[in-house]
Amino acid sequence: MGKVIVVTSGKGGVGKTTSSAALGAALAQGGEKVVVVDFDVGLRNLDLVMGAERRVVYDLVNVIQGEAKLTQALIRDKRVETLYLLPASQTRDKDNLTEKGVEAVIGALKANFDWVICDSPAGIERGATLAMRHADIAVVVTNPEVSSVRDSDRIIGLLDSKTLKAETGERIEKHLLLTRYDPARALRGDMLKVDDVLEILSIPLLGIIPESMDVLRASNIGSPVTLADQTSAPAIAYFDAVRRLRGEQIPVTVPGEKRSFLGKFFGRKAA
Amino acid sequence: MLTQPRPIRLKGRSYLALTLTPEQPFEDWLVRLDDLASRSAGFFLRRPVVLDVAGLDIDRAELRELVTKLTARQVRIMGIEGASSALLGSDLPPAMANGRTTADFEPPAAAEKTEDHSSVGAAPAVPDLPKAAPSLIVTQPVRSGQSVVFLEGDVTIVGSVASGAEVVAGGSIHIYGTLRGRAMAGTTGNAAARIFCRKLEAEMIAIDGFYKTADDMEPADRGKAVQAWLDGETFKVEALA
Ligand SMILES: Nc1ncnc2c1ncn2[C@@H]1O[C@H](COP(=O)(O)OP(=O)(O)OP(=O)(O)O)[C@@H](O)[C@H]1O
Ligand SMILES: [Mg+2]
Repeated sequence: MGKVIVVTSGKGGVGKTTSSAALGAALAQGGEKVVVVDFDVGLRNLDLVMGAERRVVYDLVNVIQGEAKLTQALIRDKRVETLYLLPASQTRDKDNLTEKGVEAVIGALKANFDWVICDSPAGIERGATLAMRHADIAVVVTNPEVSSVRDSDRIIGLLDSKTLKAETGERIEKHLLLTRYDPARALRGDMLKVDDVLEILSIPLLGIIPESMDVLRASNIGSPVTLADQTSAPAIAYFDAVRRLRGEQIPVTVPGEKRSFLGKFFGRKAA
Repeated sequence: MLTQPRPIRLKGRSYLALTLTPEQPFEDWLVRLDDLASRSAGFFLRRPVVLDVAGLDIDRAELRELVTKLTARQVRIMGIEGASSALLGSDLPPAMANGRTTADFEPPAAAEKTEDHSSVGAAPAVPDLPKAAPSLIVTQPVRSGQSVVFLEGDVTIVGSVASGAEVVAGGSIHIYGTLRGRAMAGTTGNAAARIFCRKLEAEMIAIDGFYKTADDMEPADRGKAVQAWLDGETFKVEALA
């Protein structure tokens, strides 16, 4: 049985889709079988970031409505053969995502993949709660600024109450992925400090992804950053995050600084 | 006309009231009540009493007659619980609902009276107080958008209260973490309630309806471990040593 990860944030535009693609590709590059599922019905992006937009025939809504088989809707990546995409519908309404339908699709994917990565839409409405519903692990994507941190806090509350795991008395594993971290702005004091974000959210740190042109360049050529330039700073940060997801204990370095976090925050088991 | 209209503060307040649950036939029940009253004279005097008629098969005339008979015995009914609105006219005490049971009232023991006749007619006995005030302990951070409401007593949070989260307590609030959201203590009319937190970064704090927003707080108190309480109508915030 594979593990289900939801990549979520509350706030829009913080890097969920970028991170879903990068983490998914990085896991697949390690040889594991991965599917990345776009839950952003009506505003799909994942197909673009993964360079698969011209190959979309059927989508998640078609599968849920019984108009296509799951195997017909899955798109296999051209570069990494264990990486798949299940696209969202751009034309259908998100009300077409039924709870039963999502459950059936996730169940089928879990049985066939090592990792099922759900790219959540922004917000706290139906789309976001359905994306997190069946997750074993949540990657909470946050930018180092107050509104993003508060929205993430809100999402963590929902993860602890609205997911199947929470309802059955289990605990969903939650990780913080701090993205678009800009060392220059950090130096000027224009951003929240890493320590403050960790103190407010009190969940373990999965990684810090620097703000980088490499991310834009990669998405422009339709490639997850971990595939486009494996030696770029954001790619390295995503590869390290994946190793931590697999359970390795490696220190998180703060971009532009010498210090790193280990044990104190990452090892801490928090709510 | 008032030149400076002062807003009227409407506040909820709960009181401890004695509840009588009459049984049918009422004649027999009244005899037993008289017996109790004779053993502890003045027990009902000046005491607020609520009549619980839930489950009784009576009409309006019978209810009015019962209340009259109780009044004649100096039992003053402040409200009636468990009666349909059709049963209660304007000539009867108002309906009460959502009462919570506390420890039983103990009428003075009969033995006391036989030993000491001078106690007859003395001040009414003090009812047993509830054993301990109920409290709520939350061992997880209170996240943005969450609200912890506990009107029965004190709330203790072992963790932080996020921006956009709130804690509402009938009693005091203790936060072993940073208070970034709202804390409202003493909301059921308890001006003696206090708010304690390890680090004050609150958006709002309130006690018994009086509140202070972040803008009204002393910058010097921010980031400190503090307690807040009411001194009359003034809000006091002081660093904890
Ligand atoms: N580390 C980064 N450095 C620079 N730009 C980035 C970085 N991460 C994301 N971006 C850019 O930020 C924008 C938003 O990213 P993305 O689409 O991944 O966010 P999202 O959270 O999925 O948004 P939505 O809520 O709309 O789904 C994109 O233009 C993306 O290229
Ligand atoms: Mg997105």
